[in-house]
Amino acid sequence: MTSDVATTPDGRGVPRRSSALRILPIELFAARRPHRLVERSVMFYRRAWMLLVSGFFEPLLYLLLVQVGFATLVGDIEVGGVSYDYALFVAPALLASSAMNGAIFDATGNVFEKLRHTKLYDTVLATPMTAADVALGEILGAVLRGTLYSIAFVFTMWVMGLVGSPLIVLAVPVCMLIAFAFAAAGMAAATFMRAWSDLEYVNAVTLPLLLFSATFYPVSSYGQWSWLVQLSPLYHGVVVVRGLNLGRLEWSMLGNLAVLVALALVGLAVTARRIERLLLR
Amino acid sequence: MSTPTTLRVWESQAMVYRKIWRSHLLLAFGQPLLYLLAMGLGVGALIDDNTASVESLGGISYFEFLAPALLATTAMISAGQASLWEVLDGFLWSNRYRAMAATPLSPTQIATGLGLWHATRTAIGVTGVAVALALFADTRTWGVVAAVPVAVLCGLAFALPLSAWSATRYGGTSFPAIIRFGLLPMFLLGGAFFPIDQLPDWLEPVAQVTPLWHAIELCRGLVIESVDPGNVGVHLGVIAAYVLAGWLACRVTFTRRLMP
Amino acid sequence: MHGNWRWPASLPCRTVATVPPSIITARDLRKQFGDFVAVDGIDFEVEPGESFGFLGPNGAGKTSTMRMVGCVSPITSGQLRIFDLDAASDGAAIRARMGVVPQADQLDAELTVVENLVIYGRYFDIPRAECRRRAAELLEFVQLTERADERVDPLSGGMKRRLTIARSLMSEPDLLLLDEPTTGLDPQARHILWDRLYRLKQRGVTLVLTTHYMDEAEQLCDRLVVMDQGCIVAEGSPRGLIDQYATREVLELRFVTGDVGDHDAAPAVDIAGIGDRSETLPDRTLIYAHDGEAALAEVHRRGLDPVGSLVRRSSLEDVFLRLTGRTLVD
Repeated sequence: MTSDVATTPDGRGVPRRSSALRILPIELFAARRPHRLVERSVMFYRRAWMLLVSGFFEPLLYLLLVQVGFATLVGDIEVGGVSYDYALFVAPALLASSAMNGAIFDATGNVFEKLRHTKLYDTVLATPMTAADVALGEILGAVLRGTLYSIAFVFTMWVMGLVGSPLIVLAVPVCMLIAFAFAAAGMAAATFMRAWSDLEYVNAVTLPLLLFSATFYPVSSYGQWSWLVQLSPLYHGVVVVRGLNLGRLEWSMLGNLAVLVALALVGLAVTARRIERLLLR
Repeated sequence: MSTPTTLRVWESQAMVYRKIWRSHLLLAFGQPLLYLLAMGLGVGALIDDNTASVESLGGISYFEFLAPALLATTAMISAGQASLWEVLDGFLWSNRYRAMAATPLSPTQIATGLGLWHATRTAIGVTGVAVALALFADTRTWGVVAAVPVAVLCGLAFALPLSAWSATRYGGTSFPAIIRFGLLPMFLLGGAFFPIDQLPDWLEPVAQVTPLWHAIELCRGLVIESVDPGNVGVHLGVIAAYVLAGWLACRVTFTRRLMP
Repeated sequence: MHGNWRWPASLPCRTVATVPPSIITARDLRKQFGDFVAVDGIDFEVEPGESFGFLGPNGAGKTSTMRMVGCVSPITSGQLRIFDLDAASDGAAIRARMGVVPQADQLDAELTVVENLVIYGRYFDIPRAECRRRAAELLEFVQLTERADERVDPLSGGMKRRLTIARSLMSEPDLLLLDEPTTGLDPQARHILWDRLYRLKQRGVTLVLTTHYMDEAEQLCDRLVVMDQGCIVAEGSPRGLIDQYATREVLELRFVTGDVGDHDAAPAVDIAGIGDRSETLPDRTLIYAHDGEAALAEVHRRGLDPVGSLVRRSSLEDVFLRLTGRTLVD
């Protein structure tokens, strides 16, 4: 009864991938229950809720830096011929940045630890869960946490009087996209990490992104170098979130969102493939 | 306390450092440089356009205001971080200090040797910042050279008390909180990025008792070459008090941990 | 194949009721990492309800085989069917019916003992209430109920192992894979563990395990294969293998070894002809004989004076020594 099951003529296993040029992460179609990993995180944070809450402290400090420090020194800033309070201009950029930071933090250090040290994913893959479940699950977890932080951030902005337009409510879904894109990219990076000290390289990317994504001043300040800023995926998030807070919507923002979607897809594709390579040997 | 034995502690620390000096230097030089470019020049351009702010900065450009402060903040962050997991590691995982205590070295000598090492390592980092400052004409003064030892002292004012604390720990769970609720707020709100008189009234005196603020004020005065001689003693005195208190605390906690 | 095992009449069984086929069928199974051949074309079958072992030294290919059977390592070539499904394409479906006890426990250190079990059940889509019920039951089974709400880290090695076994049972698997279940445990912890595994076997769970301990293989396995360098070198029941490859008894002799150089050769000459055959190891000489005491008498009669002598029943260690010329643990 087993004679007719040989898979390929040469007796090898099922050929697993056919086309070389594939951008869409089709491995992800094997994802069935990524939410189980989110469930695991919820289980953990139920007891470690302090850890979750204290994660919001850092963005709050930056908001204080802007409101207490910079806003007083800078005064008003002109965007497209309209003058705005500097704090209204920077706060949404910090919202976008903190969505990026939180997601990258979750997806690099935390994932690296589970991948190499606690071997959580080896355990998970011995069950019906798949590599795609692991990749998507961790990214969803990061997005979920990023969403909580974004809501808290918008609320804090409102309390501090830094909300310029009710449209800022829409910043929450945009921040979810930012978190998704950077969590996917961060997790892809985590699969290439060899030691904890490699986290320095991650920081070496995120700090320049934070500082040079038109976060603290308009992209026009860069003059002829502004094209360089456009290479930062965070810049595209900043543009949209800032537009929402200043109540200035433009069609070009769809292009900004598309950049983030592209980053998310590339990150996902790399992650799913790398997880399979690393764990299913 | 004989110097050669104490230097052995220094040597053993230097061996560990040799593995990470690249990323340490990169951080110590690159990070302030990024802040100088983004905040000093970028935000600085916006601030200097605003005539109202000239007075609150004491008549200097924002770049001149911010740049010298980065000497002190870098010293604090670099020395502070090196006093947490790395020191705990010597007591807990690698047991480096315990192995040393099994030799004729006394816990006090170990603490002193560690302090010397902190000073060296901070000096390396701060020199990196000084080089970054020298890249810009506004901050290319002899005062930068004078500010380096002040920043090193500032590093010790954090390294020694934190090392004393780490010597009492059995796990690193409190460390992220120290960074998040201690070092980071001081870095962002402690007088480096804006004058502390902009802080709420109740927060200003808090900033004034931190060694960081005194180091920032002194470094700034030295770099822009307008030091008020009357204040030098006060600034140095406060910083030195933290260093001394930290060293005394280290003597106690190292002895307790190594010779219970 | 394997005749003397009987399915317990009381056991409601999903697989056996209709199908007689083996739970695992491997044909010419190979696993290669680059140039290194870890598993070199092996064939074996595991029947429902039996307890099947892979015995061999470290590096024999046991763990690679287990990972392929666990569907977490794609096969290089050959054929592997589990529950009559193809391991290459139906991995998730196979894993859903299988429990795995990996070599390193890999418990979730961020969760408590009971949470480890509950979330593991959730990975199998088992409803939460049911997970909690099973977790409580299994903690009882592995004697960890009092530790339910503690963190995993402070548990002893034996406790962690028991928890890992409880975890593997959350899905009520038809097949349990155990990779070196008692390596690194103290004797008492091993016996507790063996007892639990024996009870599982009584309940009709099919066990597949790897080990490099003879006593473990003899205790737990109905049938086993001996692996060496990626190949299966013998197959049978523990007793059958011993009967086939060793004599009934073994006489172990230890001589004073004056200088290390010639202790290999010296006694071998003198004992020639005693028993069926002999093996000289670095620290002792083994004489295989039907009657060990008689062989010892003969040794003394020849005027040899070993510092130590021991007559024992022959074990799988002897089988392995015979088959490969090496000891299992060295």
